[in-house]
Amino acid sequence: MTTPTDFLLWVRGPGFDIALVVFILGVIIRLLEVLVLGRKHDYSEPRGGELGPGLKTVVTRTLPETGSFKRAPFTVIGGYIWHIGFFISLFLFVPHIELINATLGLSWPGIASNLVDAVAAVTIVTLIAMLFSRLTHPVKRYLSGPEDYLTWLVTFLPMLTGYLAYHRMIDPYPLVLGLHILSVEVLMIVFPFTKLMHAFTFFIARWYNGAMSGRRGVQS
Amino acid sequence: MSGATLERGLNAFREQMNAPIASFFSSCVNCGMCAEACLFYTETEDPKYTPINKLEPFRRVWEQEYTLWGKLKSMIGLTEPVTDELLAEWEELIYDGCTLCGRCSMVCPVGNDISYMIRRAREGFVAAGYAPEGIKGASRRAVTIGSPMGVKLPALQAQIKHVEADTGLTIPIDVEGADYMALLSSMEIMNFPEYLEALGRIFKQAGVSWTISSEAFEATNSGIQIGSSDIARVLVSRVVSAAEKLKVKYVISPECGHAYTAIRWEGPNLIGRPYDFKVVHILELLDELRASGRIKTEGTEEDRLTFHDPCQIVRKGGVLEQPRNLLEMVTSDYVDMTDHREMNWCCGGGGGVSANERAEELRIKVFKRKKSQLDELNVDTLVTACANCRLIIEEGLEEYRMEMPVVGLTEVIAEHLVEDKE
Repeated sequence: MTTPTDFLLWVRGPGFDIALVVFILGVIIRLLEVLVLGRKHDYSEPRGGELGPGLKTVVTRTLPETGSFKRAPFTVIGGYIWHIGFFISLFLFVPHIELINATLGLSWPGIASNLVDAVAAVTIVTLIAMLFSRLTHPVKRYLSGPEDYLTWLVTFLPMLTGYLAYHRMIDPYPLVLGLHILSVEVLMIVFPFTKLMHAFTFFIARWYNGAMSGRRGVQS
Repeated sequence: MSGATLERGLNAFREQMNAPIASFFSSCVNCGMCAEACLFYTETEDPKYTPINKLEPFRRVWEQEYTLWGKLKSMIGLTEPVTDELLAEWEELIYDGCTLCGRCSMVCPVGNDISYMIRRAREGFVAAGYAPEGIKGASRRAVTIGSPMGVKLPALQAQIKHVEADTGLTIPIDVEGADYMALLSSMEIMNFPEYLEALGRIFKQAGVSWTISSEAFEATNSGIQIGSSDIARVLVSRVVSAAEKLKVKYVISPECGHAYTAIRWEGPNLIGRPYDFKVVHILELLDELRASGRIKTEGTEEDRLTFHDPCQIVRKGGVLEQPRNLLEMVTSDYVDMTDHREMNWCCGGGGGVSANERAEELRIKVFKRKKSQLDELNVDTLVTACANCRLIIEEGLEEYRMEMPVVGLTEVIAEHLVEDKE
């Protein structure tokens, strides 16, 4: 890896393969770690079903409860903006779709690059604001440990390097593109070992919450 | 509670670990939203009362023993172990600073049922010897005497005599083959005997075949509050044996929140089998009697009224519609609090907090949440359906110099009951 091009070739080739294997195996292991624990049979007479209310909670928990939203609007709105912005940048940017198509053979229409650019800018600013909030809000500051800041960083870097690469703000281009891909690989490797796993486990958590409540006749 | 050690506590944590708990811990991103749903945080603004933070010792056991990454981190010394010091420090958070009200479980964006986790985490705390003296004492009395408040059969018999003398009713005791077996909470026996009178009158009018067991009349279950399945099982088993001995079809859970959780939802799992009888909450039964026309009421309350939803009966119990159906019969100026039904705010005394003298100052402080809910409404009377909520609210109102009667819903129905003349 002597030149930026060598670097780019490595992160696109072996680097990406390593990250992908760690990501997929890691996520599978983490999900199995949760699911194999199971839960005991419940002998109490149910008042309602589990499946329906569980699935409903998976969907409805996406919207905040009114009272807590009013008390913490920044956390809720900021959370929406950056999650949505992140997914738009990841899945609706045409070069990303082309990459996914080349790898998995799946394709869907993207949106205009300058629109993704604007979304990315908003997402980056929101992520910085979220970090600021984590450092200053009494509850978030109290709860946060190194893992919270690490996960913020590995989420932020792909956004930042993507933005820098798109605007060619670092020369030469293969270097900044390589850095962008590398940052995504870091995210993929860190993902299974941290609370980034919530992106998968929240389905399970919401389902259990809704199911256990639904059994008692309450939609949670 | 004897022989409590850290090792036993850790084992209890391990016994409580399951897929829901692991999915909850895996999903938490420390967003802090649960704090905004918890009266212990909103009224103190102390971040240590953030619901998910109360689970730190349990979380460490999960991370270090149930995740590959946590095991690796432990091997190289990157994790902090659960120690006696940690449990001692967290005891106040998990017992004094949580009523198991379950409001946080309704708002967590990733869906964590935090109160479910706290109920389970308490098993570890009590096994390690870290539980408040007040709840330990209540649990001891419940196991040895039969009531957390030390109420024995003669005390109940005395109250029954009073009720019978006042009303001319007969309160049936140990009637084999009755349809329903009614349970009472110690608080109802000692502080609110009007509940018993109301039952007698309503059941007589509706022609309900019922009885009280002299062997198991106590509905409360300190084991559920302290978080000891062993104690909870002993207490539930008494009720189950008595009900099966009397061959009743139903057991009636009284106006007591956690008693309902104990007998309705946890009981069968504690004894490891379904019951031979069904459990109904008194409000469910009254609503059935209303719907089938077996009880009728006349007149309505003149006061402006609101209803305090007991957490364990409503949010955690699923008795949602019945209280309002019943209130509709007997009120003309009824108003709900802004947050009500499954989003109601706790009185601050559930989950064993009321039995924990050490927590009194904090409990009074967090009552400000209920106070401000009531201040918004300008009501004359508060109705509820839990003797514990009732006592806690009465104390809170007194502390904040608010004049407002607090009454049980069953009594309100009895007051308006249309009774046949003898």
